[in-house]
Amino acid sequence: MTQLLEKPRIVLRGRKVVGGVAEGEALVTRQTISGWGGVNLMNGTVIETRHELKGQSFAGKVLVFPGAKGSSGWSGIFHMAKLRGMAPVAMVFNIMTTKAALGAVVMRTPAVTDCDQDPLDHIRTGDWVRVDGDAGTITIWDRKPD
Amino acid sequence: MVKLTDAEQAMLDGQAGAATSKAMELLIRYADALGAERFVETNNVAGVPGSAPQWVKDHYAADGGDYRAVFSRFDLDSDEVVDVPRMNAFSCHLQGGMDPALWQEQGMSADAHANFVSDEAEVAAHGIQILKTCTPYLAGNVPVMGEHCAWMESSAVVFANSVIGARTNCEGRESTSAAMLAKRIPDWGFHRDDFRKGQHRVSVEMPVDSIFEWGMLGYFVGDVVQDTIPVITGDISNPSLIRHKHFGAAAASSGGVEMYHMVGITPEAPSVEHAFGGAARGEHFVYDAAARRRIYETLNSVGQSEDVDYVMLGCPHYSIEQIAQAAALIEGRKVHENCALWIFTSRAVKATADANGYTRILRDAGAYLMTDTCSAISQAVPKGTKVAALDSAKQVHYLPAMMGIEGWYGTTAECIDAACTGKWKGKLA
Repeated sequence: MTQLLEKPRIVLRGRKVVGGVAEGEALVTRQTISGWGGVNLMNGTVIETRHELKGQSFAGKVLVFPGAKGSSGWSGIFHMAKLRGMAPVAMVFNIMTTKAALGAVVMRTPAVTDCDQDPLDHIRTGDWVRVDGDAGTITIWDRKPD
Repeated sequence: MVKLTDAEQAMLDGQAGAATSKAMELLIRYADALGAERFVETNNVAGVPGSAPQWVKDHYAADGGDYRAVFSRFDLDSDEVVDVPRMNAFSCHLQGGMDPALWQEQGMSADAHANFVSDEAEVAAHGIQILKTCTPYLAGNVPVMGEHCAWMESSAVVFANSVIGARTNCEGRESTSAAMLAKRIPDWGFHRDDFRKGQHRVSVEMPVDSIFEWGMLGYFVGDVVQDTIPVITGDISNPSLIRHKHFGAAAASSGGVEMYHMVGITPEAPSVEHAFGGAARGEHFVYDAAARRRIYETLNSVGQSEDVDYVMLGCPHYSIEQIAQAAALIEGRKVHENCALWIFTSRAVKATADANGYTRILRDAGAYLMTDTCSAISQAVPKGTKVAALDSAKQVHYLPAMMGIEGWYGTTAECIDAACTGKWKGKLA
């Protein structure tokens, strides 16, 4: 069991992209992410040259990122990562694009955008985050040290 | 929530069959995710419907593991498997996984080829044109100004929006497959006038007058404006189809550019004011000699060894003009024994290359003219490839990362020289 501080550090409010509730450890980047050619769908790892997440996997994580870029294969790659069990459990992003929207829809992962404060300023990699797509809320805790 | 017309509601209710109903369900979820309020009608859809590698079919083994299962469960993201009729919209298949004839040279297995053949038969049987290219506009599907399309393929999307003035978002596999049945796509983004206005300005202070230079400028523009719409002014000249093709593909790779305005060149940018829809706004970036050198060094930062063992041309797919140029550059020469030269185009363009004798000239030199795919899409490079040379900024962005190889970016002539000598001698003039 993950131990959490009793009170969340902050709750952000935004707009539903895809409904449902999921929570997990955050993986945060200030760089946009390519799908096709940018990630390995077999293990959910970012492979783009010079990307700050290169070599890190988003599988099972709450992916917090500015937005999607690159190939129109974005949704298809994340969709296949989902078939492999390597998708993020939820997504939070700033810039709405057809790539990120369709990717979230077909992964069926709770996703929120248009937040009242920039999630990149409030969520750090390793934070524990609950994304409630229906309510449009993102609840953030510091992880309690062991 | 997206509002439906009576015709759309009827499709959702199943009056056009179960598959079209599932297509509408997916498109509604997608429209709501975007925040779109309505759909636009489209009769020009380009995607990659139904085809799948064997592992995806195996994933759906319980549903039959066939085209029907993949189209229903993956393409339409449906919880039920439904019968898939012929498509309703004019629909095209973009690039695929291997060359239909040279698959063995690409290192594909007989099983993978059999899967490819069977998928292609299904695509054709469902009324989808087998264009098999990332440049449908070179293979007979040329939209017109103002036409609402639903296209995949980032380089084709940016070309359609910017150079032609057609209207499409960068669609994905699932949205295009659904649009082939429902003939609808969310009225969002590039379908709407306001969205097509420039957001940042790029001043070009360096002569940009060749395909090589247009490619580097495109890579710079994508890097600085990311996925926004640049308005480009200055010393950019001699536009042509292949220069726009290369520029847009580079800008879509380094950033995510889906539309650009070149003032005095592209159709929705007769003036700076028109391109911005008013006064210039956003940031102002300058492309000068220093920026050009920085981009060149970035594109060549994954090259170490000068021993080139693979040269790939054709990203996006080569036009007949480029094939003619490559044939002229290599005629009378031979590809080096330690190197391979693969050039990629569409079936339609290759038919012309065959008729003109270019395919034979290339073959006599030891090069292959391949169709349907490219090394990044098929993840096929000649066996043992360690160092590739490429004349595409887009391809040098993707291929080394995907294949774990080194890559050089240069002019077509430098790439052909590398193929014939096995040595990279490219440099920035």
